[in-house]
Amino acid sequence: MKFGLYPGCSLEASSREYLESLRAIAPKLGLEFEEVKNWNCCGASSAHAIDHLFSVALPATILAQAEQQQLKDLVVPCAACYSRLAIAKIELTENAKVRNELQAKYHLSYTGTTNILTILDVLERVITPEVSKQLPKRFTKNVVCYYGCLLVRPQRITNVQRVEDPQQMEEIVKTIGAHPLPWGMKTECCGASFSITRTELVGKLCGRVLDDAVCRGAEAIIVACPMCHSNLDMRRSVIEHVTGKKYTIPVLFITQVIGFALGLTPAQLGMTRHFVSTESIVSTSV
Amino acid sequence: MLQDQKYRSTLSGTLYSKLGIHVERCYQCGKCSAGCPAASAMDLKPSIILRMLQVENERYDREVLQSYTIWLCLSCHTCSTRCPMEIDIPRVMDVLRSESLRQNLIHPRAKDIVAFHVSFLNTIKRFGRLWEVGMIVEYKIRTRHFFQDVLLAPVLFLKGKLTVVPHKCVSIKQLFTWKKQESSL
Amino acid sequence: MARIGVFVCHCGENIAATVDCEKVAKACAQLPGVAYSIDYKYMCSDPGQNLIREAIKEKNLTGVVVAACSPRMHEPTFRRACAEAGLNPYLCEMANIREHCSWVHPKSEETTLKAIDIVKTIIAKVRKNQPLYPIKVPVTKTALVIGGGIAGIQAALDIANAGHRVILVEKEPSIGGHMAQLSETFPTLDCSQCILTPRMVEVAQHPSITLYTYAEVESLTGFIGNFVARIRKKAKSIDEKLCTGCGECVNACPIKKIPSEFNMGLGTRPAIYIPFPQAVPNKPVIDRSRCTYFRTGKCRFCESKCPTKAIRFDQNDEVINVQVGAVVVATGFTVLESTFFPEYGYGQYKDVVTGLQFERILSASGPTLGEVRRPSDGAIPKKVVFITCAGSRDPAKGIEYCSKICCMYTAKHAMLYKHKVHDGQAYVFYMDIRATGKGYDEFVRRAIEEDHVKYIRGRVSRVYERNGKIVVCGADTLLGAEPVEIEADMVVLATAGVANPGAEELAQALHISYDRHRFFTEAHPKLRPVETNTAGIFLAGACQSPKDIPESVGQASATASKVVALFSRDELTREPIVAVVNRCAPPLYSTCVGCFMCQTACPYSAIEREELRTRDGTLVKTVARVNPGLCQGCGTCVAFCRSKSIDLQGYSNEQMYAEVVELFAE
Repeated sequence: MKFGLYPGCSLEASSREYLESLRAIAPKLGLEFEEVKNWNCCGASSAHAIDHLFSVALPATILAQAEQQQLKDLVVPCAACYSRLAIAKIELTENAKVRNELQAKYHLSYTGTTNILTILDVLERVITPEVSKQLPKRFTKNVVCYYGCLLVRPQRITNVQRVEDPQQMEEIVKTIGAHPLPWGMKTECCGASFSITRTELVGKLCGRVLDDAVCRGAEAIIVACPMCHSNLDMRRSVIEHVTGKKYTIPVLFITQVIGFALGLTPAQLGMTRHFVSTESIVSTSV
Repeated sequence: MLQDQKYRSTLSGTLYSKLGIHVERCYQCGKCSAGCPAASAMDLKPSIILRMLQVENERYDREVLQSYTIWLCLSCHTCSTRCPMEIDIPRVMDVLRSESLRQNLIHPRAKDIVAFHVSFLNTIKRFGRLWEVGMIVEYKIRTRHFFQDVLLAPVLFLKGKLTVVPHKCVSIKQLFTWKKQESSL
Repeated sequence: MARIGVFVCHCGENIAATVDCEKVAKACAQLPGVAYSIDYKYMCSDPGQNLIREAIKEKNLTGVVVAACSPRMHEPTFRRACAEAGLNPYLCEMANIREHCSWVHPKSEETTLKAIDIVKTIIAKVRKNQPLYPIKVPVTKTALVIGGGIAGIQAALDIANAGHRVILVEKEPSIGGHMAQLSETFPTLDCSQCILTPRMVEVAQHPSITLYTYAEVESLTGFIGNFVARIRKKAKSIDEKLCTGCGECVNACPIKKIPSEFNMGLGTRPAIYIPFPQAVPNKPVIDRSRCTYFRTGKCRFCESKCPTKAIRFDQNDEVINVQVGAVVVATGFTVLESTFFPEYGYGQYKDVVTGLQFERILSASGPTLGEVRRPSDGAIPKKVVFITCAGSRDPAKGIEYCSKICCMYTAKHAMLYKHKVHDGQAYVFYMDIRATGKGYDEFVRRAIEEDHVKYIRGRVSRVYERNGKIVVCGADTLLGAEPVEIEADMVVLATAGVANPGAEELAQALHISYDRHRFFTEAHPKLRPVETNTAGIFLAGACQSPKDIPESVGQASATASKVVALFSRDELTREPIVAVVNRCAPPLYSTCVGCFMCQTACPYSAIEREELRTRDGTLVKTVARVNPGLCQGCGTCVAFCRSKSIDLQGYSNEQMYAEVVELFAE
């Protein structure tokens, strides 16, 4: 199956293990990616905080390029990029004023032929029961799936079925042998882009997430968002400082746990790049 | 309802006429404030912001634009997902931020958050993509928070998460036409 | 040649201030067919009416036009005056020069000219008016009451006590409805069952009431005074004459784990069951969808234990047709289940219950025998959070309206909880407290002041489970919307009152209208609150909108009085404003071509098929006929008729054209 790919900035730097693991599992799952050429930043949480039209213009440039490359399905692994692109798509297809303004100001044209998919939309298609039967290994851990905000909200953008208790990630990890646990922080915010400016707040919000995960007996937190990952992983010392507790629970990208089940090595999946040791997972999954 | 010129000049008038967001719909149930992950740190809880916008006078409009809250909104959409009156509060916050910037009413404690956004956007203006090292350096200069996260840098570098040289340049400078003075909604 | 009298009213200053009434009268006097024209200060006064009566006699008038207010106000007055003077009342019409002219225009020449135009059109119509005669319809003095909750019970008793026969149909195995499920009632805290069961027994024993439980109305045909209802009596699988209600069969049934509807899923029942101890009738039914015998062909334990051999596995549903003169719809409502609320856990937390479930927990006949114990582990909850407006006043969830009863029953719940668990803490999250009945606000104040229920003004954003506690995330909007987090043992959602699942189908079967929330619609929200738009069908209770017990009972009695008034006459007199399909001499018989477009268009099912036959009985053609008992005179069929064969009496096409032509004629 061939998909367009928009990696986004984080996946090339602070969350490069996400992209590395995605690229590593792709051939085994029959996935092929064509990257959007010359892509630019989607504007993330900063552009819309300052100017709306601009926040649409940045992703619109990406969408226009994707359309030029005739990419029918564009997968956007970063939840924040996904949200910005999906919002831009809706604005461009449903808001004539914005569309005309962008056309007039920047000669951006986008007709809406490119579908925008999350990583979960793609994985759910390729990890079929047949694939699941042929896996060399099974990832038999108790896990909690953490969606955060932008994979599920706003609902009119994501069209998620159960917005307060989504099941998409759970269904995927079940097929590779994991036991997803019900928990209470699935769609709570991690603090997102306040990682740098309001680290304490991030520590507090992430503390609640880790607390609940550990409390339920989870051995790993599965994520599909680079911001959620870096806040729960890279900011672990801040979280521990804020809550006054120690947490050893590792945070894994969904592509990494699938990689395990596919028999890839920790190095291939970028496990060494984590701040929190993934030893508990690596040692027992091999 | 919108015939009155005075109405149009208020923030709620602007929200209604430009975006169709009707703050009058808010009946002050407080569900947004109850679920907001950042509420505890906010000076005015989201429902109070909505209430002040409903009053429609200069004093409250100004207080709203000067509030710390608008910069603390994480755009997590928890409020709007649960809002019984379907008010797009994150979008309201976006507009309030633009307006606060335009009128230069930024809350003193929020200056560093604004600095972050500006550093972020400047970096992508220069390089087309985010170059974290460049952005952090600019942010530190703007805020003088020189020592924040200093210890993280070498670890990030060792883990291959910091790139010393920016990515190949993609020019998107033409998109940077927005100015503080003419914020579009 | 017509001899029409025109009577122009000044209505004091109401008309005369802007319209020159004298000039209107003079202008009308010049019109063809007008034999007399005069203006007067108050035409509706006795002297005014006398003017009309005398003119009819003296001038030999063949038609009357009163130029005054809206016909909604005084048409009956003037038509009666005409009838008293010997003129067919339908030859009298009103020209509205007040609401349509004097009130909405300034004093001017044009205003007077407009008034003249209005009167001219009505004169043109009256020239074409024909005498009409009221329609007489016989009345079957039996009422059908659908729904055996408190509203249906009250309506049935009131009608029966007035001396009329009543057929009461209830779809559950017992009457009693939601009121039978309640613990105690606000604002007096008297036991719900204690005050209800005497009424239930009275229904069962009343000689004029025929009770069909486990039965449903499938269709309704006919018209006011003359309905025919088709009732399906579902097979109870027992012989009610033989059954003594001893309960041996219930004890014998091996299937015990069926969630009890009466206990809102908190308790269980067997496949053969009596819903609750005070059920009326107190005889079991077999739930065939759960019964082992009906599913596998084996078991029959109940049959072997029955001392009177009353079990009837071979019983069939019985469909009966009954003739009734009036119908009372009292089918009640239901409440949203907790699964409806994403932010409150989609119903996945056992200790998050609905208000109706909490009633069962409080009730002495409930699954915990009246002790407050939470469903998950049976522990006594020490901290209970009550959340009002769960679904109500929530346009995002599709329910804009206030469910009306929740404020009061939540206060009652919190109060009863505190009475039963003295060291417990009760919190109520609310948006507004709507306690507008007699003694209601005092009741809420009592909960707050005497029972120390903590009321917090704010809506709860989220509820989730953590370590066996239910975490409630709310805000206190009276303290700057500061977030409030409560670790509760149990949460009670005052979920919105909504229409019953089958409401739409029933409304369609009965030909009554319903609103977008599927509540049945009254004919007028203020002045005809218990009537439907279909004559002879009335509403009682919460099927029209959520209501508390006093209101349901009050409405049921109001409905009963409407039914009794209807039954007080042997014949009904109806306005002759009905559609008529023309009939003419052979060989045509009627211009109707028998396409029956009118039949599909008619909202009241008033169009029938009539076979026209020659004297020797050979069929000439099948044409439409309007049943005057059903027709409401809306005119839809007239507009639909391709061959222009239908006309509305009193508003015929000819009359309408005459009015329009007059308006444009110079």
